[in-house]
Amino acid sequence: LSRKDRRSPLAAAAGLGSARYGSGAWWAQRVTAIALLPLSLWFAGEIIAHTGSDYGAFVDWIRTPLTSSLMILLLIGLFYHTALGLQVVLEDYVHSGIKFAAIIGIRVTCLVLAVVGVLSVLRVVFGG
Amino acid sequence: VDPDRTHPTSLSVRTRPLSPNIQIYRPQLTSVLSIANRLTGLVSSLSAVGLVIWLSAAASGPRAFSVVQGAIASWGGRIVLFGCTFAFFLHLCGGIRHLVWDSVHGLKLRAIYASGWLVIAASLVLTLGAWVASLIVGG
Repeated sequence: LSRKDRRSPLAAAAGLGSARYGSGAWWAQRVTAIALLPLSLWFAGEIIAHTGSDYGAFVDWIRTPLTSSLMILLLIGLFYHTALGLQVVLEDYVHSGIKFAAIIGIRVTCLVLAVVGVLSVLRVVFGG
Repeated sequence: VDPDRTHPTSLSVRTRPLSPNIQIYRPQLTSVLSIANRLTGLVSSLSAVGLVIWLSAAASGPRAFSVVQGAIASWGGRIVLFGCTFAFFLHLCGGIRHLVWDSVHGLKLRAIYASGWLVIAASLVLTLGAWVASLIVGG
């Protein structure tokens, strides 16, 4: 998603817009935003519905196939969207040599957090 | 005559003009919501970290889970979670506004102000609604 150039062939030939992958990141931010609308509202609704639940209720909840699937999709979309958003903020305000390192740091951190989140869900689902 | 102006290479020496700093502008709904969308995005990034802490505590077992649940249920935890809820809904509603703009709709000044106030009202209603619903469920 992030690498595909979604400009029209004419716009690309005329050299309009980003010289590199800017339009791909722009699209990915909006696609993840639209995906996160139902996913995050579903999650908020579930959290409200389970207010005051204990650990057993949490395990029962997350072990249903629908819940674990949507949780994993939420984590992927959320950290993809977070990485793109934080990169835009960095690009706007950081102009020194640490910009490159900071963007790599943001991407690595988001990837690690997404992996830890997904593995945590799977561990509860498939754990003993 | 300013000597800098007569010197042929003065352009490269003189400091380049900068766009006015944000401090000199009177805050407007448009600029405040633009900044708010960024700030609430940053806050929601921290909420996302909290989500992973919560899930990994659950994966560690009931004891770690109850520690995190206890922290969330404390007064400090509730205040932080309330702030995170409002930031989430403001970012969500502001994001919908941006998606509408991306489709080249609602870009007239009147519509921009109307949608701005709608975003604020909707985020407040959603935040308070979520917490009232949660209190009703939790007792």
